[in-house]
Amino acid sequence: MLLPWLILIPFIGGLLCFLTEKTGPLVPRWIALFTMLLELVLGLWLWAHGDYSLAPAPGAETAWTAEFQMNWIPRFGISLHFGLDGLSLLMILLTGLLGVLAVTCSWREVQRHVGFFHLNLLWIIGGVVGVFLALDLFLFFFFWEMMLVPMYFLIALWGHSSADGKKSRITAATKFFIFTQASGLIMLVAIVALVLVNYGATGVLTFDYEDLLQLQLDPKLEYLLMLGFFIAFAVKLPVVPLHSWLPDAHAQAPTAGSVDLAGILLKTAAYGLLRFAIPLFPNASAEFAPIAMWLGIIGIFYGAILSFAQTDIKRLVAYSSVSHMGFVLIGIYSGSPQALQGVVVQMIAHGLSAAGLFILCGQLYERMHTRDMRQMGGLWARVPYLPALSLFFASASLGLPGTGNFVGEFLILLGAFPVVPMITVIATFGLVFASVYSLIMIHRAYFGPAKAEGALPGLNARELSMLLLLGVLLVLLGVYPQPVLDTSAASMAGVQQWLGEAFSSLVSAR
Amino acid sequence: MTFTYEHFIALLPIIITGFTAVVVMLGIAWRRDHTIIPTLGVIGLNLALLSCIPALGVGAIDVTPLLRIDGFSCFYMALILIATLACMTLSHAYMEGYPGNREELYLLLLISATGGLVLVAAQNVAGLFIGLELLSVPVYGLVAYSYFNRRSLEAGMKYLVLSAAGSAILLFGMALLYAQSGSLNFADIGMQMDAPASTGLLMEIGLGMLIVGLGFKLSLVPFHLWTPDVYEGSPAPVGAFLATASKVAVFAVLVRVFQTMPMATEDGWLHDAIAFIAIASMLVGNLLALMQSNLKRLLGYSSISHFGYLLVAVASGEGLSMEAVAVYLVTYVFTSLGAFGVITLMSSPSNGQRDADALFEYRGLFWRRPYLTAALTVMMLSLAGIPLTAGFIGKFYVITVGVEAGMWWQTAAIVLGSAIGLFYYLRVMVTLYLTEQGLQRHDAPMNWGQRAGGVMLIAISIATFILGVYPQPLLQLAQLTVF
Repeated sequence: MLLPWLILIPFIGGLLCFLTEKTGPLVPRWIALFTMLLELVLGLWLWAHGDYSLAPAPGAETAWTAEFQMNWIPRFGISLHFGLDGLSLLMILLTGLLGVLAVTCSWREVQRHVGFFHLNLLWIIGGVVGVFLALDLFLFFFFWEMMLVPMYFLIALWGHSSADGKKSRITAATKFFIFTQASGLIMLVAIVALVLVNYGATGVLTFDYEDLLQLQLDPKLEYLLMLGFFIAFAVKLPVVPLHSWLPDAHAQAPTAGSVDLAGILLKTAAYGLLRFAIPLFPNASAEFAPIAMWLGIIGIFYGAILSFAQTDIKRLVAYSSVSHMGFVLIGIYSGSPQALQGVVVQMIAHGLSAAGLFILCGQLYERMHTRDMRQMGGLWARVPYLPALSLFFASASLGLPGTGNFVGEFLILLGAFPVVPMITVIATFGLVFASVYSLIMIHRAYFGPAKAEGALPGLNARELSMLLLLGVLLVLLGVYPQPVLDTSAASMAGVQQWLGEAFSSLVSAR
Repeated sequence: MTFTYEHFIALLPIIITGFTAVVVMLGIAWRRDHTIIPTLGVIGLNLALLSCIPALGVGAIDVTPLLRIDGFSCFYMALILIATLACMTLSHAYMEGYPGNREELYLLLLISATGGLVLVAAQNVAGLFIGLELLSVPVYGLVAYSYFNRRSLEAGMKYLVLSAAGSAILLFGMALLYAQSGSLNFADIGMQMDAPASTGLLMEIGLGMLIVGLGFKLSLVPFHLWTPDVYEGSPAPVGAFLATASKVAVFAVLVRVFQTMPMATEDGWLHDAIAFIAIASMLVGNLLALMQSNLKRLLGYSSISHFGYLLVAVASGEGLSMEAVAVYLVTYVFTSLGAFGVITLMSSPSNGQRDADALFEYRGLFWRRPYLTAALTVMMLSLAGIPLTAGFIGKFYVITVGVEAGMWWQTAAIVLGSAIGLFYYLRVMVTLYLTEQGLQRHDAPMNWGQRAGGVMLIAISIATFILGVYPQPLLQLAQLTVF
């Protein structure tokens, strides 16, 4: 019974924030913070009390750590079906944590229409949690689309337009919305086609994940449907030819929006691939794997090079996300157990480090009123703590040992090497590029001659504690990732079996 | 034939609506009063709406060779009556400050609604024509009702001329069908089409012209040219009537034609032409709306694209098709009523002003009228087909039908059209939330939520939301329309 509450709590909290707006900005902020803490605590409680050796796997009866099912639209065999396993739990924990940070980091940044802002912020979280829990394809799509609207408002209303007025926040928000919505509709077509094929084969009209897993598809059709899903996830991840919404959306979004976008929304795509695209279409995924991995390679280098070329510090971080997600894509489609475990760690580590970097960008912006690195320079001497923390998060982002990012990338590369040595070797060079763009960011912003005199205000307790919390978690994940690995082990083993069987049948077919 | 009690019950919605029109006319002759007359109309429409339930209980029955009352007719009759009721309440809010004679508007609405009821029950081309003209002719007057406004008058003329042209084509088509089949009855004509001896081409041309004639009323591309001007010129509640009740009635009869005449859905040039019209409507409608800064014109173009989506559903002609049309029409009616409702509440024709239809007049509305804006936001999201709103269920149905029938081109056009459509729906939506400017020519009255029009609007918004979250009851009702 806990699962629907995980989704309802942010929605209710958001509504309360909006209704209490008239009492001043402070009440909505505290309500939002309390709501997100409650969400996080519920997640931690589930973590402590659940049995995470249960996860879906091919062949066997699907088992979940926690499950909830209720009729919704019987006409189409659609039900409110939620399920929790290790993978979804980790994602929900990340969502809860970043939700708390998103509320705290906008404590001072957002001053206009505070209640409505938090309504949108919390509804995004609610939608994302829904995505991570939904086990009915219709329900999944429902949440997948639903989280777009509040995100759109967040960017369009509280975002920053660029100084020259060329890139407005509304354009960025619209681009984000249209990209994701159009690709989402392609996925809807694929979902409906899958359901109708199942109906033709079994005579049962159902959107339920567990039922659809049993379906055997004609290879050609399977490939087409897989592509329908893949396109939707590829836009959100983002995979390179479909990424162009991401830098705009990031650069124009308010800090909380960027934190949510990079930390959580991108992860819904990876989650979708692991939960839906691969288990539903294992054979087509295996066939498609080389292409996906090469797309990952392209993403790694394209993201890194463009990141290096940016002058806007938020765009730099945004492009670095493209690069990091390339590793995730390679890890997912390599199908090796270590790489898949690495993907989970990388997703969490990237969520934490990107959130940290975006929060830092936001704090810089509050002090400098610009995101242009050409106007920064020499900040190391002018503001305490902030540069050192930036250096920490930048080195986390380049995969320094001791941080979670290292564990993730290392596991991905280690796992992928026996399967696809060529791709792995090339991808490894991506790490070099990562150090280049991370360090150039530090160099441009904090070193060199100072552009202006005078000290800037330092970090206050709120700002410092957010960053230290993220830092500590990153280091913990870097030196002792075992609890995370244990939690996701069963889920990833399931995915690995699906892909592994498909790979072996693909080899024997040739 | 003998006219039994059952026939009478089945015909009750039409009789009551027609009778209400007479009562309202006599009422106006007796005494003009802007409270009593609309109240009479609303009572009559509510009774008619209630009488749909016993009419449904009678079961499928032929009343005269012209009309057939079955689940399908009852469903769409109820929908038309609901739409007319909503338009009437909106008109009451709108006409408060109207300088001229206000009461005739309700009379014209009632007559037109009667025409709509006849049209959805028509099973015969003669019945179709009677219903269609009874529906259209009062609308000419309605569109030009704000005659002191040049645009309104112009819109009325345009609608008159183009509608008459559409009717002429329709009549020609009917004549050809009759010449070939020797019957006016849909089902008989359909049977003749199947007969091996029939001369196909003239039949096909006849049916094609029939569809073209109806296409004029539905403003499908390439017969859409009148739409934006008429939407812009007509008073806002009339625009709502035009977009909902009038189009629902015409579309319902189109569905009946498609269902009874197999030629329309079989492979052949006619089928290709319909596919082309559907795709063109979706794309052209959405593309033309992209740069509109006038909300009424924008809704006009958007309705073109919505009927494109609907045409996909009806053209498949099998499986879920009927149900999808019913669900989509319901969601579309609610959404359009809501959108026009907001425009109506924002406008008032006093001092000969235009309606509040320029997009900039809505800038920052959220910070003045949060609930009114929330209603318009829900409507825009619903038109765009975003989850949590009724529009999503409709879009889901249409896509399901497209995939089920394997109409990949049309399905691709739906996806593309929706993506284009998003752009302008979002543009309208975000305008509402931007910081407001000093200039305000129009505004809704402070107490809009306590008046009849406002209450109706709130009810419609809530219904749109509930249908999006829990559509099961609607889906069950929609099963009625399958015959």
